[in-house]
Amino acid sequence: MKNNKIFISGDEAVAVGVKLSRPHVIAAYPITPQTITVERLSDMVEAKELDAEYMHVESEHSAISATMGASAVGARTFTASSSQGLLYMTEGLHYCSGGRYPVVMMNANRSVALPWSIYGDQRDSLSLLDSGWIQVYVEDAQEALDMIIQAYKIAEHKDVLTPMMVNLDGFILTHTYELVDIPNQDEVDQFLPAFITPNKMSFEDPKNLGFSSKPDDNTEFKYQQNEAMFNAIPVLQDVDKEFGSKFGRTYHGMVEEYKCEDAEVVLVALGSVCGTVRVVIDNMRKAGKKVGLLKIRYMRPFPEAEVKALGKRVKAMGVIDKDISFGYEGTVYTNVNSALSKIDKHVFKQNFVGGLGGRDITKNEIEAMFNKLFLGISSEQEEKVEFFSLNVETNE
Amino acid sequence: MNNMLAIPKVNVKNMTDKEFFYGHKACAGCGGSIAVRLALKVLGERTFAALPAGCMSAVGFIYPQMAFNINALITTFPGAASMGSGIAVGAKAIGLKDFKTVVIAGDGGTADIGFQALSGMIDRNDDVLYICYDNEAYMNTGIQKSGLTPYGTKTTTTPTGKNLPGSVTHKKNLFEIIAAHDIAYAATASIGYPQDFINKVNKAKHTKGTSFIHVYASCPTGWGTPTETSVDIAKEAVDCGLIFLAEYENGEYKLNRNPKNFKSVNDYLAKQGRFKHMSDRDIEIVSSNRDKKWERMRKHWLQK
Ligand SMILES: Cc1ncc(C[n+]2csc(CCOP(=O)(O)OP(=O)(O)O)c2C)c(N)n1
Ligand code: SF4
Ligand SMILES: [Mg+2]
Repeated sequence: MKNNKIFISGDEAVAVGVKLSRPHVIAAYPITPQTITVERLSDMVEAKELDAEYMHVESEHSAISATMGASAVGARTFTASSSQGLLYMTEGLHYCSGGRYPVVMMNANRSVALPWSIYGDQRDSLSLLDSGWIQVYVEDAQEALDMIIQAYKIAEHKDVLTPMMVNLDGFILTHTYELVDIPNQDEVDQFLPAFITPNKMSFEDPKNLGFSSKPDDNTEFKYQQNEAMFNAIPVLQDVDKEFGSKFGRTYHGMVEEYKCEDAEVVLVALGSVCGTVRVVIDNMRKAGKKVGLLKIRYMRPFPEAEVKALGKRVKAMGVIDKDISFGYEGTVYTNVNSALSKIDKHVFKQNFVGGLGGRDITKNEIEAMFNKLFLGISSEQEEKVEFFSLNVETNE
Repeated sequence: MNNMLAIPKVNVKNMTDKEFFYGHKACAGCGGSIAVRLALKVLGERTFAALPAGCMSAVGFIYPQMAFNINALITTFPGAASMGSGIAVGAKAIGLKDFKTVVIAGDGGTADIGFQALSGMIDRNDDVLYICYDNEAYMNTGIQKSGLTPYGTKTTTTPTGKNLPGSVTHKKNLFEIIAAHDIAYAATASIGYPQDFINKVNKAKHTKGTSFIHVYASCPTGWGTPTETSVDIAKEAVDCGLIFLAEYENGEYKLNRNPKNFKSVNDYLAKQGRFKHMSDRDIEIVSSNRDKKWERMRKHWLQK
């Protein structure tokens, strides 16, 4: 395998991943911090490096509607959005998964107004966990590129036929530059063949799609949709392995454990903050602290088995949420907690909510989280939802 | 522009016997379903149809009883034009040739919630025919006011009473708004003049780029008219001048019918439950608006 490394941003890495996947139709509407992706794709189409139709849609609602239309005739499609734009698509997100259109989307994770903020957190996509999309969160630009290619293979699999959203943290990943290895087009073509589906309109076999259902049938359709999401689990694991054998990089499927073999205390996180957590773990381990990281890659389907298995091995788990479900707790925490409630053991848990609207999560803050978790296993402590490093007074 | 003389004519005699919209659950006398049936007969088998929420999709796609004998799907309500565009662009991108994509949407789906997407589609000039069947209200949800509901109409959200005369807004100038995009081809039609509608669909079928037809399509359920008079009432709307037949192509408007005398607006309104309450003053407002509109159209849209 020859190395072909170039220095590009996360947004550009996504564009390259899309190009290598050879979509027929791209329909997207610009929004910071996704814009560089759609600009690069436009350049590629102009230069005829990418043989795709670029549709200048007038909104995100139309972006998702147009990609569904193209998907309905069997075209491979791509769209990209973020934050307000992703939310403006919401009707189409549910529509797309229900219609089983394997659209692939990049979402640049960004906070949601009000107050306006163009900076990163994960409230946009996490608030849409129930929209029926496969959701993966990546940690760096390389993973972003690789996951776009993998996403098509997963979404278009006959047992899955479910749209997939590749999430990368706004600015932290979209706008920072890294050395990224660019896979060879021939190898990508072998890995990702053309999209062939029976679930499309054609003149050989005309179909009525996107119909309405009666109460007699609706639950069955939704059951099948849910099954397809579970079918995605072995598929995405196989796809990751095959990707690894072809391109030399794997991402361990649903989750990645970092130094969890003998860990007593682990933090659970998504996306770019995992890089910082790894550094803190390396430092704390030098001091003999048995700490680890569970990087959740897929939020849907949810890695219940992996969370339970790790729960059985550790004494405490903290969950970092760059998100809050107002009136309750962080959404990642809710999901992790639900899995842990199904094991026969008590694990001390704590929810750390922060990094909202683009605030950095520092090494010191992460170390403090680990220390709180250690305290929780050595003494009686309340399991709570904590907004860390708040600059306002609280009654706590 | 195409050489229209080269387009094979379609009429009742040579039109296909095949039905492409059949076994649906529309009310008896539904004008919208007549428009869909005729349009699809002209467009033929190599057609993709995209319909947003609205009566025609509600009555046509009730699983497992699919009423379209061609490729068809329901779109998001606001995204009919975009999904239609996606079909046209996607089909071209995968190498399909010799096909037409048609969007068939109601007045609400067109002039209100789907308008932004429609404007975007015309801007891109995607190869799609957009047909708006206009029954002058949101029928599928129970006869609420839309942007194409005329002045004085009683709907379930524009009730009549001591304080309100029904709808207090006037119909948007949809045809002119569409034409203002400098669209390749746009026309108005009525199911009361079926051959004219057929000709226009045929012309649009052979137009490359976006085309648009606004067809007046009666709704006995929402209008309070006898089911057997649907075609007559849609004709009368044209004959009394409240609906006009026109085209826009090559940057020019053309009035297709310019009657010397209009039939009575009063009679047209009196036949419909939705207008029965109208006062003489309100009827006068409707008539004088009609006259102003015709003065303008005659001045600018008649070929010299
Ligand atoms: C986003 C969204 N808002 C509202 C609705 C509810 N809705 C469905 S059909 C309809 C009215 C359609 O009216 P029109 O387009 O005039 O078609 P008609 O029913 O008269 O044929 C409405 C309001 C919907 N399906 N989706
Ligand atoms: S309510 Fe009106 S438009 Fe709807 S199906 Fe019945 S007649 Fe047709
Ligand atoms: Mg209507």
